[in-house]
Amino acid sequence: MNICAPSPSAPASPAELAAALRTTGYLADDGLATAAFLALKMNRPLFCEGEPGTGKTALAQALAQVLGAELIRLQCHEGIDASQALYDWDFPRQLLHLRALEAAAGVDGARLDAQAVESSLYDRRFLLARPILRALQTTPSVLLIDEIDRADDEFEAFLLEVLTEHAVTIPELGEVRAKTPPVVVLTSNRTREVHDALKRRCLYLWLDHPDIAREIEILRSRLPGLPERLAAEVAAAAHKLRKAELIKPPGVAESLDWARALQLVGARHLDVDSAAATLGAVLKYREDADRVRDQLDSLLAS
Amino acid sequence: MYPETPATDADPVPGLVGFTAVLRGAGVPVTTDRVAAFLGALDTLDVTSQVQTYWAGRLTLCADPDDIARYDAAFDAWFSPRRGGGTRISDQRRPRPPTLAALMPSTERGGGDQQAPELIRAAASGAETLRHRDLGELTPAERDHLRRLLAVLRPDPPTRASRRRRAARHGEIDPGVTLRSALRNQGELRELHRRERSRRPRKVVLLVDVSGSMEPYADALLRFAHVVVRRSPRSVETFTLGTRLTRITRELRQRDPDRALHDAGKAIPDWSGGTRLGEALRAFIDRWGQRGAARRAVVVIFSDGWERAGPDLLGQQLERLSRLTHRLVWVNPHAGKDGYAPVQGGIVAALPYLDDLLAGHSLATLERLLKVVRDA
Repeated sequence: MNICAPSPSAPASPAELAAALRTTGYLADDGLATAAFLALKMNRPLFCEGEPGTGKTALAQALAQVLGAELIRLQCHEGIDASQALYDWDFPRQLLHLRALEAAAGVDGARLDAQAVESSLYDRRFLLARPILRALQTTPSVLLIDEIDRADDEFEAFLLEVLTEHAVTIPELGEVRAKTPPVVVLTSNRTREVHDALKRRCLYLWLDHPDIAREIEILRSRLPGLPERLAAEVAAAAHKLRKAELIKPPGVAESLDWARALQLVGARHLDVDSAAATLGAVLKYREDADRVRDQLDSLLAS
Repeated sequence: MYPETPATDADPVPGLVGFTAVLRGAGVPVTTDRVAAFLGALDTLDVTSQVQTYWAGRLTLCADPDDIARYDAAFDAWFSPRRGGGTRISDQRRPRPPTLAALMPSTERGGGDQQAPELIRAAASGAETLRHRDLGELTPAERDHLRRLLAVLRPDPPTRASRRRRAARHGEIDPGVTLRSALRNQGELRELHRRERSRRPRKVVLLVDVSGSMEPYADALLRFAHVVVRRSPRSVETFTLGTRLTRITRELRQRDPDRALHDAGKAIPDWSGGTRLGEALRAFIDRWGQRGAARRAVVVIFSDGWERAGPDLLGQQLERLSRLTHRLVWVNPHAGKDGYAPVQGGIVAALPYLDDLLAGHSLATLERLLKVVRDA
């Protein structure tokens, strides 16, 4: 098996990787650390699924930081195709170049050599590298393919080819192969089932909301100035909100926002007033906000 | 999480492969390359650590959140010493569902055999009458005939404008194609090539109520769903509603209708049970709809609107759903009958949020439904 060492200080065990991730402020549990470790060692893409706001995207950012690699992000959307993900030719510049050649030839009275013109048009300087090509050309790099479930099936098939070969072929230029394959993290919110063929080539990681203790830790490590008491109160309240059958239960990202908002309004601890004032940071639906506002007392009672 | 097992000199591979076989038996689709990945993962980890073995397997052998519970149970049974580790495992498969009355042609029903020859004699006119017969009152022979009629339906999916473009006479200029054609003419721009948005199939979601009161129709409706799914497997999702929500799209994607229905029947745990429409709908919206499955989709609910719980929850959920969907259609098998009035608690709560309320008791009405869906 082709074992790559993307950085001189590649971690030797999941525990070591977890410790390294911790220094960046990302707290990984056993499963997550093992998953990331295997992704590095086995050179397989890591397929992360889970509720929104459980740290899928943050994992890629933390990994890039640990490996000292550049994070290259590809945000998927409906109708995304190779020209947005891989490369594109800069047509306006090519056209200008062509006109310039013609003008020069007109002055000299020489004839244009079609072959030479074409090869000068399809030159690397007219190539616009999109995220995937950039990740293949950059070493070391972490390629984050965000919300793959939003892209179409055809795009998955295309990704499959790139992710297994770590190379792309540009007809006019030839093959571009990665010296060291990038670390690939795919995320999905499960709006659609991603094809099995793609999942088979990946490590599958399901991310859940963290428990209260870990959430307090996350809040404290992400927001260094946050008082411990406030962190505990926010984590406990967020935990209760997740069980309250809301339309959109808050993720970790929301509780971070909430804690930050509380800090900004100068709240020393979470009470009915400060909670009501900052509820917009954690609940994003009117129905949810109405329901919770009526029950703030019981939510905050510990 | 798990106690460390003592290291042994024995080759661990047969035991690990045995575990994957058990996992396959428990319903997790484990393929050979996944097993290879599992062994590869353990190669870089510590095979004597149960935590690492657990995660190596979970990361390489599972592909779906539903797999994780099965994986946990199988792992526990295979590796935890208190159950005799590695020798025995309890069967994780769900118990077989009771024989589905509506799925099987019942031979007990009187008069079935005598009517068959008549039907064959009058096949042409029979098909026409059958199109209007109530699906819940068919004889076995008619049921068989209906299957063949369903199989030849060719439902066209609804379409929407895509972000992609394709060459067209009108529309915006396509710089790439224009440049390439200019190149062929010594760099002279003679013609502007244009492109426009192409059409793509719009998503369709079928929600079939399989509670007791819908039992006479469930077989025909699921067969109908199978035809629709097979026609455009990538854009149609099917769920059943009862006391809980079950996704059966994967089962219905199989080509053979009987196999597809058999597997779907096995997947549905609440066949012919009670109805908690509101809760099942909420589960659908929370787990699928809001994230994308129902967004700008045509959602069709097949139900008679009998709701065991109060209608308030159902109304709330339909309000949510109607805000997500492109078109919300309710198909009620009883709506086509004489003297029908939408008075059941569920349907009254639903009415304000529906785009269409259609009958669905016969083949003819289902064909009309297909037209509504196509033109949505």
